[in-house]
Amino acid sequence: MAKERWRWFHKLASPPHVFGLAGTLAPWFGGLALLCLLIGTVGGLGFAPPDSEQGDGYRIIFVHVPAAWLSLFVYTMMAVACAVGLIWRMKVAFAVAVAAAPMGAAFTFLSLASGSIWGQPMWGTWWEWDPRMTSQLILFFLYMGFIVLNGAFADQRSGDKASGLLAVVGVVNVPIIHFSVDWWHSLHQPATIMKFDTPSIDLEMLIPLLIMAVGFKLFFAWALMLQLRTELLRRERRASWPVRLVVGDGKEVK
Amino acid sequence: MNSVLLATFRRELLLAIRNTADVVTPLFFFLLVGLLFVLGLEPRPELLVAVGPGVVWVAALLASLLGAERLFRADFQSGALELAALSPQPLSLHVLGKLLGHWLMASLPLLLLSPLLGLMMNLPGQALSMLLLVLLLGTPVFTVLCALGAALTVSLRGGGSLLALLVLPLTIPVLIFGSRSVVQSVGGEDVTGLWALATLTMLAISLGPWAIAAALRISLE
Repeated sequence: MAKERWRWFHKLASPPHVFGLAGTLAPWFGGLALLCLLIGTVGGLGFAPPDSEQGDGYRIIFVHVPAAWLSLFVYTMMAVACAVGLIWRMKVAFAVAVAAAPMGAAFTFLSLASGSIWGQPMWGTWWEWDPRMTSQLILFFLYMGFIVLNGAFADQRSGDKASGLLAVVGVVNVPIIHFSVDWWHSLHQPATIMKFDTPSIDLEMLIPLLIMAVGFKLFFAWALMLQLRTELLRRERRASWPVRLVVGDGKEVK
Repeated sequence: MNSVLLATFRRELLLAIRNTADVVTPLFFFLLVGLLFVLGLEPRPELLVAVGPGVVWVAALLASLLGAERLFRADFQSGALELAALSPQPLSLHVLGKLLGHWLMASLPLLLLSPLLGLMMNLPGQALSMLLLVLLLGTPVFTVLCALGAALTVSLRGGGSLLALLVLPLTIPVLIFGSRSVVQSVGGEDVTGLWALATLTMLAISLGPWAIAAALRISLE
């Protein structure tokens, strides 16, 4: 009985099973993401009131904040996947991490770029050495380190383990970096100059923002499923199941 | 069990003493980086005092990185590392011995040289002793992080340039806590970052050898 209950979990270690599962889930994630992003965009751009200080310029928040949240979420997810891969020697977990990393880096970049574009008119500067921006930039470098290290090994398994260890060490370091950068800033920058005034956010702004955040997460989930399928095929190109999948079930192909 | 630690430590020291160039080059590099900063900036005393702590830290970091690449390479190529991994003694102890030896031969001279660079930067007396103290706390963390990067990349051909990308982002907390402590002592403020730095040092020393040993086993596969 206990064995039966955990069967779905053990199945997650099997690449063909996960390949199929990702294929089943992808359209659901994709459809829901499209729905959320549409509602969020229309609500955010059309119905939310303009900000009292920033006018319509604040509306980039609907891209900026979801991307920033996601950038941290993806890194944590990657580190958990790598820990699972290192501890239980699960090949699929590494495939998940490797599939997620470029997207995490992309979301980090998007949050930096949109923040910069937002900061130019509002703060009068493209870049400020503010703790959040600085730790976000460092996060971007952590993603890059992971991607480059994973690709540097001729043997996929060694690359997975090495970059997995790096991701785990990195995730321990992320709160420390955040804290240190915060601390460094609080001493050196008078909080008055670049203090970003957040009037307790209006509900009409908050709801589209949350819908956008969910939409971004679903979009990531959709893209991850597709990336994961590609990654699994790439890793298992010498296995027989991809061929069987194409030709038809139960047929052995030489 | 402790004999592994002692034997590796002694071996590391002997190797360093017989290859004086490996010990001396990072030191010159350290001074040169500091010199380049001074030449690149305007040599106004108050400006140098303001940037001095940061410059000394970055120079120390880069000099540590320079020596780190070789940390496991020769042992990896000769097969000594494989033997250490196969031996019944824990690999993390072997790593700890290596780290101790490396810190003593690479970081300690750097530390002793740092007041000289501090003087070039016009740092006042109490800042120089603070610089020594924070470098004493910070360089073990550098050594551990560099060794982790070196262990991950030792089997790679172009590991050197990759090492910087992997290690430097992780060293940022040490850099910030360390240089801020010196800046605070220059300004006569309370130094608040030392406890954080000490925590990082303890974390690095206790968890580092274990993580590095895991990284080495991956590279040896």
